[in-house]
Amino acid sequence: MYRIRIHGRGGQGIKMASRVLGSALFHAGFNVQDAPKYGAERRGAPIFSYVRAARAPINERGTIYNPDLVVVADDTLLAVPAAGTLLGLDAHTVVLVNSHQSADTWRQRLNIDGSLLILPAGTETEDRAALPHIGATCAGAAACLLGVIDRDVLAKAIDEELAELGPDTVTKNRTNALAAFDAMADQRGCVEEGAAIAATDYVPPEWVEMPLDAARVSAPIIRASGNSVEVRTGLWRTIRPVIDYDHCKHCWWVCSTLCPDSAITVTDNTPIIDYDHCKGCMVCAGVCPPHAIAGEPEYLAQQRETSLTEREGTDATDTADR
Amino acid sequence: MPPTLLTGNAAAAWGARLAEVDYVPAFPITPQTEIIETLGGWLDGGLMPGRMVTLESEHSMLTAAGAAAATGVRVFSATSSQGLLYAMEMLYTVAGWRAPFVLVNVSRGLSAPITLEADHNDILAARDSGFLQLHCADCQEVLDSVLLAYRLAEDPQIRLPVLVNLDGFYLSFTREPVSLPEVEEVRKFLPPFDPMGIRFTASAPESQAVAVLGGGPYSYFRYETHLAALNGVAVYEQVAAEFTTLFGRNREAVESYRTDDAEVVFYMIGSFATKAREAVDRLREAGEKVGLLRPRLLRPFPASLIATALTGKQGVIVIDQNLSVGHGGILHTELLACLYGRPGAPPVVTSFIGGLGGRDISPQEFYHMVTVTRQAISSGTVPPPRLLYTAAELREVRKLQAIATVEREETAPGRKAADDTGAVQETADE
Ligand code: SF4
Ligand code: SF4
Repeated sequence: MYRIRIHGRGGQGIKMASRVLGSALFHAGFNVQDAPKYGAERRGAPIFSYVRAARAPINERGTIYNPDLVVVADDTLLAVPAAGTLLGLDAHTVVLVNSHQSADTWRQRLNIDGSLLILPAGTETEDRAALPHIGATCAGAAACLLGVIDRDVLAKAIDEELAELGPDTVTKNRTNALAAFDAMADQRGCVEEGAAIAATDYVPPEWVEMPLDAARVSAPIIRASGNSVEVRTGLWRTIRPVIDYDHCKHCWWVCSTLCPDSAITVTDNTPIIDYDHCKGCMVCAGVCPPHAIAGEPEYLAQQRETSLTEREGTDATDTADR
Repeated sequence: MPPTLLTGNAAAAWGARLAEVDYVPAFPITPQTEIIETLGGWLDGGLMPGRMVTLESEHSMLTAAGAAAATGVRVFSATSSQGLLYAMEMLYTVAGWRAPFVLVNVSRGLSAPITLEADHNDILAARDSGFLQLHCADCQEVLDSVLLAYRLAEDPQIRLPVLVNLDGFYLSFTREPVSLPEVEEVRKFLPPFDPMGIRFTASAPESQAVAVLGGGPYSYFRYETHLAALNGVAVYEQVAAEFTTLFGRNREAVESYRTDDAEVVFYMIGSFATKAREAVDRLREAGEKVGLLRPRLLRPFPASLIATALTGKQGVIVIDQNLSVGHGGILHTELLACLYGRPGAPPVVTSFIGGLGGRDISPQEFYHMVTVTRQAISSGTVPPPRLLYTAAELREVRKLQAIATVEREETAPGRKAADDTGAVQETADE
């Protein structure tokens, strides 16, 4: 059975990627199971999807813990432990990362021995959550790595799965996916079907006896005052509003009043954005009368900060943007 | 038609479309929403006749469903979790009306704490309502069960609403190959609803009332509902046999997978049962004689079918994806009641609670449940019920609790309660 996991962010077409790959495998004669897995349904949140494909009926179900192929559509997720991109990797797993960095860089950073391939990332966009057609591009590359999907079957799967989005979108996605498919030609078929976990010599689960705790501790309730500030909602941001103080008229109230997250404070008539909590909705940019607030891709802002930090040899002050 | 890839939600919607339902009262809730969105799209696009009405709550939705079914039209609705419980008063009421319709429940654990993922406490809360219940293990079965459910509901001997259950995420959002029967084929299996003279029309208005009654008549009507439900086992078996003849798929009231020569049998409901099937195959490869018994029909409870299938087995492993707080697993309790005193009943029945809030059950856990049960068979001592829960999971909770404690200390210094840290530390150090 092929077991494939695809990681990305809400808005990047990760569910679509699993559907394209699922449909292509289905047309190639496999039994297929594909599904997205997400928690909070919002743009920018880490999500993953998965595909199982086998010649026999599939009885496995749910998250894949022993993947043959892991596709990471957004390399910023590799540093987010909760995204679980590295879950269950072993020596046979192929990891495909959409990145500007080299395979060696990632192999070293992640300390993994298995096969790690790079899908060269396209030009950076304003909003990473809207990276153009990245889901389909990843599906195209993955289809080639599996080696059991023909080019025209991939094209057919894209046409079917994206039909609702209109012919222009279908064409763009098909072009990108086929280009990614071709770019992986040297590695075609490098992913191998993994085996099921055998019932002989299995590692027994480390079951525990559930302790009885006092109700104060064991009720799912946090009692503390003023703690919502601790939630770094700034981590959700894909675009960063940046105030150009040369053009800010210091009206002092428009952006700060209309920010839905109360993330703008005004000190001495000067608005200051709290990037720990700004979610990047860009309402402020839309309402500022002199158009003094611009949007910068969060990814680029972070790169700029990292290089600044490295040059100055000091710690970044803005921990929310890690 | 060759199979196509469909989610469990889409399969449920197809079930309603192929049953040619007249009326769909609706209210959205994760993870059910895709069902009514799909039906809404078809109804709007003229791809199916019928009418959808969005209500202001599940309570009203169930009332509308029951009322419409009582006028003799075919009704479909769907909900999940908190929505099903919000409608609970009306579940009992419309079942009491003997109003036949199909309600799909997409299982999701109940609050609090809140979760979006599946367990069966929602559907099992409706266990005693008078709704019959069908439980699905895969997406094909969702479609098939909706069709079977209408036959069951509308049978003149039964006339009760039916709940079809599918698990959130594991089925609702998961695509699998599903064969869509042609509507002509479905009509052969499921002819239009014959309300037997109960037909409300605008030109001939009638009123329907339910009387207030004392204990004697009340008992009569309640018990008649019960007898009708019990009769559902035989009716279901006959309808399922017809279904198999027409569509070729086995939909018996109780699925028996490799049970014939099995010594130890898994017993569970829902989509995780396919994981058990997988485990059975792997265990068989390792030489273990194991099988799986899975009721599709849970209400009425097919007691004698289950007892017969388990006669002579050495042990049964009951996996409950639910928890009756203060007692334990609901399937376990019901199975023991069904086996008690029967000659040849398995001497060992072990109880495991697993999959609460969508918590996964690993292959190794399935294997180990067999090991534990084998030990019980040879020692003659049945272990107490066990929650499937690992040391790593407890460590995660301890970490969260430690963070909560620190946060409390930081945000409200001086209000720190000694027992908070005490309890956490003590057990974390063990
Ligand atoms: S982008 Fe949105 S959240 Fe951030 S400061 Fe502007 S209005 Fe507030
Ligand atoms: S709304 Fe624009 S001009 Fe007014 S304070 Fe904000 S940034 Fe400055």
